[in-house]
Amino acid sequence: MIDFRTDPSRYRHWTIKVDGSVATLAMNVDEDGGLDPGYRLKLNSYDLGVDIELNDAVQRLRFEHPAVKTVVITSLKDRVFCAGANIGMLGRSSHAAKVNFCKFTNETRLAIEDTTAHSGQTYMTVINGTAAGGGYELALATDHIMLVDDGSTAVSLPEVPLLAVLPGTGGLTRVVDKRHVRRDRADVFCSLTEGIRGQRALSWNLVDELAPRSALSDRARVRAAALAERSDRPMDADGITLGPLDRSVMADSITYGNVDVQLDRAQGVATLTIQGPDEAPPAETSALAELGTGFWPLAVSRELEDAILHLRVNEPTVGTWVLKTTGDPDLLTAHDAWLLANRSHWLVREILLYLKRTLKRLDVSSRSLIAVIEPGSCFCGSLAELAFAADRSYMLDGTQEDDDRVASLRLSGMNFGPLPMGNGLTRLESRLIGTAGAAAELTSEVGKELDAGTAEGLGLVTFAPDDIDWEDEVRVAIEERASFSPDALNGMEANLRFVGPETLETKIFGRLSAWQNWIFQRPNAVGDKGALKLFGSGRKSEFDRERV
Amino acid sequence: MQVSYNDKIPNNVNLSDDKRLQRALERWLPAYQTWWNDLGPIDSQQHEVYLRTAISVDTDGWAHFDHVRMPDYRWGIFLAQPEADRRIGFGTHKGEPVWTELPGEYRAELRRLIVTQGDTEPASVEQQRQLGKTCPSLYDLRNLYQVNVEEGRHLWAMVYLLHAYFGRDGREEGEAMLARHAGDPDRPRILKAFNEPTDDWLSFFMFTFFQDRDGKFQLSALAESGFDPLSRTCRFMLTEEAHHMFVGEYGLARVLERSCALMREHDTADIRRFGGIDLQTFQKFINFHYSICLDLFGQEQSTNAANYYSMGLKGRYHESKIADDHVLADLGEAVPFVENGVVRTQDVSALTAVNERLRQDYTKDSQRGMNRFNKVIRSFGIDTELYLPHPAFHREIGAFADCYASPDGQILDQATWNKRQAEWLPTEDDKAYVRSLMQPVTGPGQMAGWIAPPKRGIHGKPVDFEYVLFH
Repeated sequence: MIDFRTDPSRYRHWTIKVDGSVATLAMNVDEDGGLDPGYRLKLNSYDLGVDIELNDAVQRLRFEHPAVKTVVITSLKDRVFCAGANIGMLGRSSHAAKVNFCKFTNETRLAIEDTTAHSGQTYMTVINGTAAGGGYELALATDHIMLVDDGSTAVSLPEVPLLAVLPGTGGLTRVVDKRHVRRDRADVFCSLTEGIRGQRALSWNLVDELAPRSALSDRARVRAAALAERSDRPMDADGITLGPLDRSVMADSITYGNVDVQLDRAQGVATLTIQGPDEAPPAETSALAELGTGFWPLAVSRELEDAILHLRVNEPTVGTWVLKTTGDPDLLTAHDAWLLANRSHWLVREILLYLKRTLKRLDVSSRSLIAVIEPGSCFCGSLAELAFAADRSYMLDGTQEDDDRVASLRLSGMNFGPLPMGNGLTRLESRLIGTAGAAAELTSEVGKELDAGTAEGLGLVTFAPDDIDWEDEVRVAIEERASFSPDALNGMEANLRFVGPETLETKIFGRLSAWQNWIFQRPNAVGDKGALKLFGSGRKSEFDRERV
Repeated sequence: MQVSYNDKIPNNVNLSDDKRLQRALERWLPAYQTWWNDLGPIDSQQHEVYLRTAISVDTDGWAHFDHVRMPDYRWGIFLAQPEADRRIGFGTHKGEPVWTELPGEYRAELRRLIVTQGDTEPASVEQQRQLGKTCPSLYDLRNLYQVNVEEGRHLWAMVYLLHAYFGRDGREEGEAMLARHAGDPDRPRILKAFNEPTDDWLSFFMFTFFQDRDGKFQLSALAESGFDPLSRTCRFMLTEEAHHMFVGEYGLARVLERSCALMREHDTADIRRFGGIDLQTFQKFINFHYSICLDLFGQEQSTNAANYYSMGLKGRYHESKIADDHVLADLGEAVPFVENGVVRTQDVSALTAVNERLRQDYTKDSQRGMNRFNKVIRSFGIDTELYLPHPAFHREIGAFADCYASPDGQILDQATWNKRQAEWLPTEDDKAYVRSLMQPVTGPGQMAGWIAPPKRGIHGKPVDFEYVLFH
């Protein structure tokens, strides 16, 4: 079982050093510290375990170090920055493992960009040696790339010529769409195994700054200080410690404080029930320090994120996630309002961003998502996003026998901007894209108890069966879903979820990942004579020359 | 101005007919001369040195002797004569005709091989540039300069390949080779061992014995290449490399001869009092140079080396004399590793172990030199034996990079290593002592006190010939 929970005392590959407003996140991969003993992580190459630590570090720097305004990613190895994903690992991984690995690493790099864009914590990279493939892609996720100009250190994306796969951790996309490298130059760059160094790397905009080896650390310090200038993070605030995340994993269930997962492996269904807050938000933001990770919005973000990551990697045959909620809608509404009222506070901002990223993880999970809105559920504001993220939703119309409660849905300010999807739209905008202004008009419904009929009429739920049809409709929908090809479902869902404009993010998850995952299946990469399979053996790959 | 290319740059590559190459080299030549003046042998521009110049690859042409000023040395471009119907001898292309043009498929790999090899050539000139100030004799000074100009010619040879076959990329690499400098913190030479200064003559002889022997094995492996111009270039370079190793081996043998004579004369091993280099210090220098040279061969298991082999770009030492399939896909080879403080070996694919194989060939060759040194010592009736340290000793690359080991291959903890390394590697005191001996001796036939005179001079000239004329 792969566990995504870690903390700096357990890191084997990264160190965090904080010096005033600048943190240095240094990579020093333990060659023998791979998740699987079948490969060695030479030259700062990485596997999922290395990236789990990176993700944890990025998260902690946001929450635990409010004073940090610039994060410098670099390497502690001499003349090596990072050689990218470990090829031995990729060569021996199952297709599903490769895809999961790429998805998580992509999410981590997007989280780095999210930090730079929204948290007042700018990431920069100091490339002190070879940066190949995923190594350069990591740098691409940062806002400023400094390259040592020593006549030999190069940045490269050698995947195509060397491995017959793609720089799939955003490399192709960021080179042209973020750094705006001219596409013919990008074509040259992405087919050069040796990469590009020095002045040409700078003039092609592959990097932002060159520094001689002897001045590298001084220049980095100056640049980090300059980048820190643009931050609005407080110098005197206390961070909150992301303590251990408690969970109990049993044979058929996983239980957190606010999230419960019941597994029905025979059916291939996981039911996730998210519990709303059970107390009112604090009066003042000053109470946050004491509440720490116990503050409901933060706690639920952490737990839901861990559940998503766990299910993706450890329960691959559980193909349908049923999303349910429970709790008091009034308390949740109060929390939503409180968060929005205090969103200029650095920590509240972090919590909102965390919730945003967690919901995005749901959007890109290759699982069928079905929301079930019943009496007693709490699909309200931020948790209503779960229903809008789902591929379809079922809401009980009217009451059930022996229960006079009705199901309701409630909108809050959370549904109108703070939690956008990867396409830059809110989930409501994505849903209602066919009617201009329809999502905005829904603001008039904020705070109202919307019953099933109304919700269906407004386009907020898919079906609203009554008591007589309810159980069968939901059951049949889930059973039918389980009978379809998981591959076709992945493709269908991913295409239908992300409507509207393309962004860097949708291109990475939609276009780049889809191509990569196709190539990962092809004999030219993974067949017995494929380049990925043979890499390291010294044998020459043989390609099927047919263009498909 | 009409330049006669064949006069200026002796060559057997039809330079006078190749306009593209002429233009490229014309631009590179001034940069090379600037480099030679700035970073070549110090204060030597006016000396006239009795040098051997290769003016053709024929038996009588490759060794033309005369007094010349080094900046006027005619750095030629020579490839060994092509073999008729030469075939690729190993890898997946085994049996196919060799490539006389650059195979596009292997552009990046060949460029890397040539650049890595080429980078070492000017590096050694830079490392040795101070030595002219402390020569033990004119004979040795001339040998130093001969080695230097030939390393310069080897750079030429590699730059020729880059210019002739790699277009703009190649020209840029040629420039970069003059921009990196040994020991420059900002633009160091590619391989670490080529960044250490060679600042005394004992180190110089060690360098030409050990490092240049690495060069011999690398060039031999490249001489097997399916890329024929590279193969032919390296074959010709090997004839010069042999002379460099002679300078090293004979220099070291003369040091030993002098040391042993002092030991006999004063009946003590402690000959520092008498201005000699004691055998213990000699052994420490061997330990240092041999171990850093083992690192030059790279990882025991190497994907790059395996790829180069399969691609037919870099073979093994004397490939054709090895009795196997020359494909290596299904063969095994033992490589060392450390387990629980003990050195063991494991069988891995022979393809990934070609570096290790070359390193073992190098060790055998070095050991033959050791045997000759020990013969010198024995001839004085002294029973000290010089040896090569165990491959685990003092390593920074490969299976032994993360452990400490004694010269006899015992794995040690760090505390023991810290305590004992002064017994095995030259200490600051040792280096200071050797440096203290380095006083220039420049009278014809005169010899420094720490080294025996050579038995004979160069090209039939007497030992007291004026090999270098100072102006």
